[in-house]
Amino acid sequence: MSKPHAKPRLVMVGNGMAGVRTIEELLKIAPDFYDIAIFGAEPHPNYNRILLSPVLAGEMTVQDIVLNDHDWYRDNGIRLHLGKKVAQIDRVRRVVVAEDGTEEPYDRLLLATGSNPFMLPVPGNDLPGVISYRDIKDTDDMIEAAQRYRHAVVIGGGLLGLEAANGLKLRGMDVTVVHIGPWLLERQLDETAGRMLQKSLEDRGLKFLLQKQTEMLVAGEGERSGRVAAIRFKDGMQIPADLVVMAVGIRPNTALAEAAGIYCNRGIVVNDTLQTYDPKIYAVGECVAHRGVAYGLVAPLFEQGKVAANHLANYGIGRYTGSVTSTKLKVTGIDLFSAGDFIGGKDTEEIVLNDAAGGVYKKLVIKDDRLVGGVMYGDTADGPWYFQLLKDGRDIHDIRDHLIFGQSLVGDVGHQGQNKAAAMADDAEVCGCNGVSKGSIVRAIKEKGLFSLDDIKKHTKAASSCGSCAGLCEQILSATIGGAYTPAASDRKPVCACTEHAHQEVRDVIRRERLTKIRDVMRFMEWKTPDGCDKCRPALNYYLISTWPQAAQDDPRSRLINERAHANIQKDGTYSVVPRMWGGLTTPAELRAIADAAEKYKVPTVKVTGGQRIDLLGVKKEDLPKIWADLGAAGMVSGHAYGKSIRTVKTCVGMEHCRFGTQLAMDLGVKLEKMLFDMYAPHKVKLAVSGCPRNCAEAGIKDVGVIGVDSGYEIYVAGNGGIKTEVAQFLVKVKGDEEVMEYSGAFLQLYREEGFYLERTCHYVERVGLDYVKGKVVEDAENRKALHARLLDALRDAKDPWAERVAGVEKQEFETLSV
Amino acid sequence: MAEWKRVCKVEDIPQLGARVVRSAEGDIAVFRTAQDAVFALRDKCPHKGGPLSQGLVHGEQVTCSLHGWKLRLDNGEAVAPDVGCARRYPTRVEGDAVFIEI
Ligand code: SRM
Ligand SMILES: Cc1cc2nc3c(=O)[nH]c(=O)nc-3n(C[C@H](O)[C@H](O)[C@H](O)COP(=O)(O)OP(=O)(O)OC[C@H]3O[C@@H](n4cnc5c(N)ncnc54)[C@H](O)[C@@H]3O)c2cc1C
Ligand code: SF4
Ligand code: FES
Repeated sequence: MSKPHAKPRLVMVGNGMAGVRTIEELLKIAPDFYDIAIFGAEPHPNYNRILLSPVLAGEMTVQDIVLNDHDWYRDNGIRLHLGKKVAQIDRVRRVVVAEDGTEEPYDRLLLATGSNPFMLPVPGNDLPGVISYRDIKDTDDMIEAAQRYRHAVVIGGGLLGLEAANGLKLRGMDVTVVHIGPWLLERQLDETAGRMLQKSLEDRGLKFLLQKQTEMLVAGEGERSGRVAAIRFKDGMQIPADLVVMAVGIRPNTALAEAAGIYCNRGIVVNDTLQTYDPKIYAVGECVAHRGVAYGLVAPLFEQGKVAANHLANYGIGRYTGSVTSTKLKVTGIDLFSAGDFIGGKDTEEIVLNDAAGGVYKKLVIKDDRLVGGVMYGDTADGPWYFQLLKDGRDIHDIRDHLIFGQSLVGDVGHQGQNKAAAMADDAEVCGCNGVSKGSIVRAIKEKGLFSLDDIKKHTKAASSCGSCAGLCEQILSATIGGAYTPAASDRKPVCACTEHAHQEVRDVIRRERLTKIRDVMRFMEWKTPDGCDKCRPALNYYLISTWPQAAQDDPRSRLINERAHANIQKDGTYSVVPRMWGGLTTPAELRAIADAAEKYKVPTVKVTGGQRIDLLGVKKEDLPKIWADLGAAGMVSGHAYGKSIRTVKTCVGMEHCRFGTQLAMDLGVKLEKMLFDMYAPHKVKLAVSGCPRNCAEAGIKDVGVIGVDSGYEIYVAGNGGIKTEVAQFLVKVKGDEEVMEYSGAFLQLYREEGFYLERTCHYVERVGLDYVKGKVVEDAENRKALHARLLDALRDAKDPWAERVAGVEKQEFETLSV
Repeated sequence: MAEWKRVCKVEDIPQLGARVVRSAEGDIAVFRTAQDAVFALRDKCPHKGGPLSQGLVHGEQVTCSLHGWKLRLDNGEAVAPDVGCARRYPTRVEGDAVFIEI
């Protein structure tokens, strides 16, 4: 070991899910930093352990569940020692030694030894035919036993035990589940749900013996001698058993660490950076105890891996602070989901829905207006949604009435709510934009080892366009890989693959560090790509401009095409021009100017839009400045029918003409549209003003909807008529026009300052809660006035972008070259 | 026979932007990266024919303006998991002049 080594050496012990994920994360951020060697006791490259259940059930093969094949290790220059168990860590010489004598010296060591199944200490537990359920070998043993024997007994009615029992039953065995607890899955389910689950498993032919204590395992006689043949309980009962699977729990595998003198206490003890008491040695996975907790599901282990990788790469950002977990039983046809604290206690409240006949049970546990846990049986479609609410710690006060009925009753008629993922056929279309079926998503999840919505987007294209099927994809993910799927809290999701940082962090840093250039943000926040991508650059551009309206410069190269060309690109590469009609009003002279322009530039299609104006579709890009010039000469401004900008203020005829009108809807609509001219926002913004509650302007599905009543106006916010129809929520009632302008301006400014890029007002309000918005806009008059003033200040020198281009700004955009 | 043709000056193409060159073979998109490297691809996305010149340039890739495919500027190939290729034209910069071999 005297030879000086160019790269520091990293050795990993344990070639399982948590460890290899850590290495993957490390290679992503610091590809050439270490010389890496891995020891794995099993003879296989890293595989997806959680999918052993579908393998046992005959739904998949071992080949399907490999996550990293031999090529992956080779391509990344990793020395892989398979089938070699590490026997000793010599911390003085900094070398690990395997049982066969293989040695690897290390500068950093990563322990990821997983856990060991616990074997009940009863006589006969070492007989042939008594096994645990942990790895490929156990699974193979079970498959083989099912071909030769009849009676199987599974000890343990937890997730693992039930998945084993289900698999063995499907392979033709007669299966009895023995469980010491009062009901099944007592750590995941409350009693009602546990009983419902038992009933439906019994319907599939499984037998249960509850509250039974095993006394011993009895060996066979005659030709069966030596192999297990029966199980006897403390109450004297005895049943035949040719195969006994123990699934009674796991113990962190700490033997190696303990022998090396590393501090362990129900796991290898690590700090928030996943370091053990020896700073050169890190540990992740089931072998670890973090703040006294050892996790047994992959999602938290992956979070640990990410943090450990960051520190191994010497970046030193990120701390692991523990995880909330959720579980899902992976038995095809049975829908079960639980998360957080679902038992509850003195200081919690419960909402329960129990439809025994319909086979549906839901229980939500609430503390201080926040969801802290839940159990769902029979209908788990909303599981991921509840789990997201739980992780976000979102105040649910305003949606409490409907909460138990799920997201679809909180205002979602998109196809996410209509189809229940589990009930969908394999060929059913999930993503309408890209034509992706459920079957191909499930296949990709299994074969490619996908664990997140982002992975699904990348590999299948589903949810990568309009995003309306994202919720459905999350359901499919959670149904396929069970508790391995955990959504990140909304405000912790990275902006894109170019960075680890979430939208909120980016916003905070821009403000705190007074950054005004995209380049500076990327440098300061250590972006992983030289100049970002089509996701982060537009977002950063927006954040800079909305934070520093005067100081930050717009970057046209960080705007997507429509905002760069100030018209809407179409499938054939031509553009559409939608002249602005303030509040939907026009004049004969304007109509004449539009007609003239349409003829002069040979516009193939003229159409009335859903936003009360006229669309000229099919304009050649070179003609855009000319058509804008002509419209400008007639006193018109073009319109934003594109971009993250103010779109239209739809109005009805109002008191100006209508016999029922109570307010001047057109007049107010025009004023609002003029106030907001050229406003740039996280996403597009639409308003409407109706003159009376008949609401002909459809104010109920707008970002800001104003409805005139005899005594003034009602203001509604956060409606959406697009992908998922969301009904706008009542914000406040006010007396006159000035107040409408102030309240709606203040609301929109709050959204502009706090919304994440591409979040529409409905998503923003769903994230922060309407009560929060009311607190800032309605209850706090001073803050409202300040918000409104900041909006007006930002729009102070709003420019007419079309007139600017007519005058020659960004000229090259509209000119072609030739050879 | 392909020959080298001068199309514009480097500064005529914005950094991280593109220009369209009309040619007998159809439109060609010429891109300029942040490091001033210049690339040319047929202005037609292998997905559904979208004009690549209207996309957003980052690193040595362009994201198509229509449905977000990413293509490599150096060889025109789509970035996985998408599959496809836009024809690449060799480029050369002499002084401040950009040449394409068409
Ligand atoms: C022209 C128009 C359809 C029409 O002929 O009526 C239209 C056309 C487009 N809409 Fe729309 N939307 C039009 C009214 C609407 C409406 C109705 C309305 O505004 O009253 C809605 C539902 C209301 C809403 O937004 O809440 C609507 C919901 C959408 C959505 C879904 C937004 C959402 O948050 O769910 C998108 C996608 C997006 O913006 O990301 C979209 C996107 C688009 C784009 C811009 C797609 C694109 O990026 O290329 C379409 C451009 C077509 C083209 O080739 O020019 N369009 N779109 C309407 C223009 C109105 C205007 O004068 O500005
Ligand atoms: C059947 C089954 C179903 C499951 N289903 C789910 C589920 O639906 N959702 C979920 O979240 N989780 C599930 N789990 C749990 C999940 O698989 C584990 O949490 C996860 O695999 C733990 O990862 P790990 O890297 O810590 O340990 P492992 O994946 O066990 O990896 C540890 C590896 O280290 C090796 N090793 C140990 N000691 C040494 C040594 N001294 N030298 C060399 N190698 C060594 C072991 O052989 C093993 O290969 C399931 C587990 C099983 C068995
Ligand atoms: S105009 Fe709107 S609804 Fe119609 S196809 Fe385009 S995006 Fe879809
Ligand atoms: S045409 Fe380029 S992505 Fe569809």
